[in-house]
Amino acid sequence: MFRKALIAATALVAVPALADTPELLLRGYAEQARTTSASYAGPSPAAGRRLFHQQPRDWSCATCHTDQPTATGRHAITGKAIGPLAPSANPERFRNPAKVEKWFKRNCSDTLGRPCTSAEKADLIAFLLDPKNGA
Amino acid sequence: MHTRSGIRRIDWIVWSLAAVFLAHAAVAAVPPAQAAEPAAYAEECGACHMAYPASLLRPAAWAVVLATLDRHFGVDASLDATARAAVARQLGVDPAVASAATATAAPRITQQGWFREEHDEVSAQLFRSPAVRSAANCNACHAGADRGQFDEHSVRIPR
Repeated sequence: MFRKALIAATALVAVPALADTPELLLRGYAEQARTTSASYAGPSPAAGRRLFHQQPRDWSCATCHTDQPTATGRHAITGKAIGPLAPSANPERFRNPAKVEKWFKRNCSDTLGRPCTSAEKADLIAFLLDPKNGA
Repeated sequence: MHTRSGIRRIDWIVWSLAAVFLAHAAVAAVPPAQAAEPAAYAEECGACHMAYPASLLRPAAWAVVLATLDRHFGVDASLDATARAAVARQLGVDPAVASAATATAAPRITQQGWFREEHDEVSAQLFRSPAVRSAANCNACHAGADRGQFDEHSVRIPR
């Protein structure tokens, strides 16, 4: 009985940790996108690349994160160093869902002037995880 | 007499154990959010710029900064309510005041009277030089700025 309770408790503690990998965050955003559109085709690294370089206003993602997501970036205003965005170059990236949401909110607002959709977030993570992009 | 001192000894042991238990309980009772607070300001604000020492602005000015984070000197630096409250407490601001809507533009440390006075011999050209970038980049000349050290004798002007 006690052992069963212990196993159950361990499972409860372990489950949230499973969500904290870039792959699972990507899957979560893709699932959200699918619930809003039945015709959603799934995450696209190519669309993520286009989004990364899209610059409708003052800045694109690449303005601070550079053209190469595995490289160290630089804040456009303050000049402070920004660790690489690609998880292959920076294992801390896309591990904390709240932190990921915080930065999507801020940075989509600063670059696109609007919130990103779940599909766009999935595309962007797919781009950052794509080995073809040096990630 | 013998019995009395025996009771006293038991009392003493019980009270000691209770004190140790309460001390542990008090430590354990610190909510995780509060325990993580010392890192909140450095984490949330220091990600983009030096975590300016709280003493550089008055609490009322920090409150305006915190209430206007979605338009923070040209960028969206918004925080969720929990993180903003943690940062507010660290800056000595009442979290309720820090979340109140305000139309006022965020005050700049570099526009404060004392800042202008302290830097009146520094040219605008030096502030804009590639090594300094802006007057907001305290670290360029004050190596201990992020630790609140602005001693005039330790100033090193980058060339």
